[in-house]
Amino acid sequence: MDLQFILFFVFGTLAIASASATVLSKNPVVSAMALVFHFCTLACVYFTLNAQFVGALQVLVYAGAIMILVIFVIMLLNLGNEKAFAEKFNYRKGIAIMLGASFIIMLATSFLSKNYITNQMPASSLKNGTVEKIGLDLFTSYIYPFEAIALLLCVAVVGAIILAKKKISH
Amino acid sequence: MNTANITWMLAETGIKAFVIVNIILVMASAEVWLERKVCAWIQKRNGPNRVGPFGLLQPFADVVKLFMKEDIIPAAASKNFHRLAPLLSLMMAVAVYAVIPYANYVDVMGHRVYLGIAPNLNIGLLYILAMTTLGVYGITLAGWSSNNKYSLLGGLRSSAQMISYELSMGMALIGVVLVSGTLCLNGVIDKQVGWFWHWNVFCQPIAFIIFTVASFAETNRAPFDLPEAEPELVGGFNTEYSGMKFGMFFLAEYANMATASCFIAILFFGGWQLPFPQEMLGLKDGSVQLALAQFSSFFIKMLLFIFFFIWVRWTVPRFRYDQLMSLGWKILLPLSILNALFTAIAIIVFKL
Amino acid sequence: MIHSVPLEYYLLLSGIIFTIGALGVLTRRNAIIIFMCIELMLNSVNLTLVSFSSFLGDTAGQIFVFFVMAVAAAEATVGLAIVLALFRNQQTIYVDEVNLMKW
Repeated sequence: MDLQFILFFVFGTLAIASASATVLSKNPVVSAMALVFHFCTLACVYFTLNAQFVGALQVLVYAGAIMILVIFVIMLLNLGNEKAFAEKFNYRKGIAIMLGASFIIMLATSFLSKNYITNQMPASSLKNGTVEKIGLDLFTSYIYPFEAIALLLCVAVVGAIILAKKKISH
Repeated sequence: MNTANITWMLAETGIKAFVIVNIILVMASAEVWLERKVCAWIQKRNGPNRVGPFGLLQPFADVVKLFMKEDIIPAAASKNFHRLAPLLSLMMAVAVYAVIPYANYVDVMGHRVYLGIAPNLNIGLLYILAMTTLGVYGITLAGWSSNNKYSLLGGLRSSAQMISYELSMGMALIGVVLVSGTLCLNGVIDKQVGWFWHWNVFCQPIAFIIFTVASFAETNRAPFDLPEAEPELVGGFNTEYSGMKFGMFFLAEYANMATASCFIAILFFGGWQLPFPQEMLGLKDGSVQLALAQFSSFFIKMLLFIFFFIWVRWTVPRFRYDQLMSLGWKILLPLSILNALFTAIAIIVFKL
Repeated sequence: MIHSVPLEYYLLLSGIIFTIGALGVLTRRNAIIIFMCIELMLNSVNLTLVSFSSFLGDTAGQIFVFFVMAVAAAEATVGLAIVLALFRNQQTIYVDEVNLMKW
């Protein structure tokens, strides 16, 4: 067994387990912490793909910034456990789970029933994940999308402030 | 990669990790002793002087005391998170040390051994930032899971403060990254080679000041130690903790302080670089003597900053919370953005 | 060429995570958890992009992931602000209790 295989299977299993914990747990804080763990395991999966920069950003942006915000809101609202989640099995949930299961089975059969698999990675991908390469591409070929994203973030900040601030009554 | 290489790598990393983790924990206790001695010196007292020579064994006595204490979990607390929080805090505080270089390298049996677990990591700076952000979870969860309003307020305060100051910290780092052109810590150090006026502190003084102030806030130390403001919040996020769980928060705080000192030394004071060109010592690269000289250079810089942290704590009064927030958002953040901008312009104009 | 874990395994992992996220969006009532499940789905797409990027030897996928993360951050700020505003006006964040506009 290769080291990369072992790492992929360990972190892939953990990623699936923590994603399920996010969806299944009744307590929102448990969900949020499971999601944080999920993001960290996914970052490790990115490292097996030689995408170091994206892996670090994953932890920094998702686990470090977005989930802190979510946990803040959960604690601010002081939510209890969700009651109706464990209620009777209604038909909508049944259909959702059946559709999900059939989607996974479809993917698995179509990917794994082929008589060849793609397990050769080009050597250039070792260099592609580094900060230098991504930074160079980001500020040359992708400079306009980058500026557009900056604008989007600016708009989001203004929008969030307008939505969340308390109305001052005169 | 063949099996012999993997075995060597695992053995090397394992030994390094074992040594470093133990040193961190001993260092944290030594810092507690140093803090109490310096504080006593500033306040014209004697400080701990009963246990061992000069009270040197005092922190170990404290640890033994903490182990003996009863470990109380409040009845209404969220038990698992209450247990998890101190672990998370300490884990993230220790994880940062994986990328810190302590000296350059030594050649052992034909292998080049870098002193540090992964000092050549391509994303070293991002790794440190990521681990310090994850450390926020420990404190937030501790505050929330205790089911106590003072703890909750302390935890929320501390995480809000850490998030706010992380921004200016990251922006201040951009200036340094622009100057050194890499995110790898050994790369940043390599750029500061030679006499001490090549250190980043002389070409990035504003970044240095912003970074130092932000790291005071990041480590929750005075003058920004609002999360544990005793007069208003009892004890802050660790009110409901006792025994060794409290001890773990304590250790994490001091480990964080050492991390911040290491980080300042690496980014702005040349890390393991000697203050003069290392050729003047006449030792060849990879020899043990040179590595020792580099390590002592690094260690002295780090100790000076730890002393600086303690000095500030016992001389500067605590900020008010709104003052803290306005300092972070209205002064440090714009200043750090301007610093990054001017550094970028200077690099283009002067073709650095 | 480097021998590695097959691309298909990564895609399958991504598909499983996407399905879990989609199931969460369909079955949960708490708006914040629905929001977190959307993040799960975005992440599984990121995984696909990164794996294709690595197997094609091209940075485009990783740069797209960078953009997706920026959009997710923007979405998080606005989404959570909406949740807060909702809680302030309706005292609930369960999506089935927010039925003022439903006919």
